[in-house]
Amino acid sequence: MRTALVAEYRKLVSTRMWWILLLSAAAYLAFIAGVMALSFVTAGEEAAPALTGPELAAAVYGLINAIGYVFPLVIGSLTMTTEFRHQTITQSLLVEPRRGVFLGAKLLATVPLGLLYGLVGTVAVVAVGAPILAIGGDGAFLTDGDVVAVILLGVVVTALWAVIGAAFGSVLTNQVAAIVVILAFTQFVEPIARLALGAFDSLDGVAKYLPGAAADGLMGASFFGALGGESADLLSRPAALVVLLAYAGLLAALGRWTTLRRDIG
Amino acid sequence: MSGPTLAVEDLGKSFGAVRAVDGLSFAVRPGAVTGFLGPNGAGKTTTLRMLLGLTTPSQGRALVGGRPYAEHPVPASVVGAALEASSFHPGRSGLAHLEVYAGQAGVGRARCRELIDFVGLGPAAERRVGGYSTGMRQRLALATALLADPPAVVLDEPANGLDPEGIRWMRGLLRGFAAEGRTVLVSSHLLAEVQHTVDDVVIIARGRLVHASSLAELSELAEPETYVESPDPAALAALVGGRGWPHRPDGAGLVVTGVLAADVGAAAYAAGIELHQLASRGVGLEDLFLRLTEEAS
Repeated sequence: MRTALVAEYRKLVSTRMWWILLLSAAAYLAFIAGVMALSFVTAGEEAAPALTGPELAAAVYGLINAIGYVFPLVIGSLTMTTEFRHQTITQSLLVEPRRGVFLGAKLLATVPLGLLYGLVGTVAVVAVGAPILAIGGDGAFLTDGDVVAVILLGVVVTALWAVIGAAFGSVLTNQVAAIVVILAFTQFVEPIARLALGAFDSLDGVAKYLPGAAADGLMGASFFGALGGESADLLSRPAALVVLLAYAGLLAALGRWTTLRRDIG
Repeated sequence: MSGPTLAVEDLGKSFGAVRAVDGLSFAVRPGAVTGFLGPNGAGKTTTLRMLLGLTTPSQGRALVGGRPYAEHPVPASVVGAALEASSFHPGRSGLAHLEVYAGQAGVGRARCRELIDFVGLGPAAERRVGGYSTGMRQRLALATALLADPPAVVLDEPANGLDPEGIRWMRGLLRGFAAEGRTVLVSSHLLAEVQHTVDDVVIIARGRLVHASSLAELSELAEPETYVESPDPAALAALVGGRGWPHRPDGAGLVVTGVLAADVGAAAYAAGIELHQLASRGVGLEDLFLRLTEEAS
C-alpha cells in the first residue's frame, strides 16, 4: 500500500494540472470573496443586509466550500479519469493488480492535495475578504471561535471533496463526461434540488442529505441558505461528516464493482 | 538467471458472441525468444492481457511460473511487460513516468535514470512524453518493462515505430536476454519482422492455435525459393513453365518456389540459357505463415 500511495502521489505532482487548477481556484475564490464582501458591506445604506457581524464573516470565508468545492471535485475526478483517458490504467494495474489497493491509494493520495487546495483557497478568501470586512463592515472576526472553526473546516471539507471527486471518477471514467456532470450537478442540479425540496414540508428533511448541503452542515454555515428561500435546516457537524464520508465510500464501492471489475483494455 | 515458464492452458475469451480466444494452449520456455504470431485481430493482445491479469479469461487459465501473474507479490519483478506504446500521460516527462512506477516495481530513482539512458532517451528524459515520436514511446515502454530487471519479458509488437537501427538494437537486446536465460515473448503480425530474432514460434489465427514449434521445425514445412534473372526472360519463362515449376515475376527476374538454386542453374545450363543472377532466397516462411493463418480461417 505504501508503494501504491507513493506512485499515486507522484502521478499527481508530475503533471502541470494540479497547480494550474490550484492557481485558478485561488484566483477565482479571491475574486468571489471580494465581490461578496463588498456587496454586503456596501448594501447597508438602503436596507438592512441579510448578514452582519460574525455570520457575514463566516459566510464569506465559507465561500471556499459554497463556491470553491467544484475545484477539489474536478482535480479528484481527474486523478482517476486521466488513467482511462491516456490508458495508463494498463500500466498502473500491471504493477498493482490488486484493484482495491489501487483504488484505495488513489483516494488517499488525493487527501494531501485536497488539504493543499483547502489551505490555498482559504488563504485566498480570507486575504481578500477579511480586509474588506474589517475596513467597511463590522470587522473581520478572525479571532471569533465560530469563525475560526469555519475557516479550519473549510480546509477539511475541501479535502473531502477531493476524495469524493476521485471516487466519482472511478464510477464515471470518461474525463469529459465526469467534468460535465460535476459542473452540472454542483452549479445547477443541486442548487435547484435544494430550493425545490425546501419548498415542500414533507421533503424538507431530504435536502440536507444532498452532498452540498451536507458540506454546509459540516461548515455550519450555508451561504445560499442564509440568503433565504431554502431550508436552513442543516445536519450537525458529526452527522454531516458521516454523510460526506458515506458519499465517498459508496461511490468508491460502486467504482470498485463496476469499472474496476471489468476487463482493462 | 532462469526465467519462469509462461503457460497458457485451454484459454478462452468471449466478447459477446465473438470468441476472441478459443481454447488456446501453449508454453513459453526460458532461455529463448518466442515469437507470438498471428494476423491482426487473431487474439494476440487479448491473450497477453489475460496472461497479465488485465482481462479475466472466460475459460482456462494463464500462468507465470506456475501461478497467475496477479498472485505474485511484486508482479513487475517477475514479468516486465510493454503492451501499448501509447499508454503514457502526455504531460509527464519520460523520466517521471518511470519514477511513478519504480516504487511498485521495487526499484529506486537511480534505476530510472540508468534505464532512460540505456534505452537511448537520456537527452529527452526531462521532456514531456507528448512530444515523443512513436519510436521514443516504444523505447520508453521497454524501459518501463525493464524497471525491475525481470526474468521474463513480454512485449506486444515491440518493433512498431522503431527505425532500422532501433530494430537491430531491440533484436540484439532480446537475443541477449534469451542468452542470459530469461523468458522472452514478443508478439508480431509479421513473421518476417521477428524471423531473425526468435527461436520458437507460436502462431494463432481466429483465437486458435495454428502452429507451435521451434523456428527450425517451421522452416522445414516451408519450401525453398530461388531468384533467377536472365537477359532472355522469354526463354527463362518457357524453361520454368516447361518444367512445371511454380513461379512468380519479381523485378527483372522470377522467383521459383520449391526448387533449389542448384536445380534451376543446372536446368538453365542444360537449356543454354544465360543467367545474370541466381540466388537462393531461403525458405518462403512468410508464405507459409500466410498459408497457415489463412487455412485456419
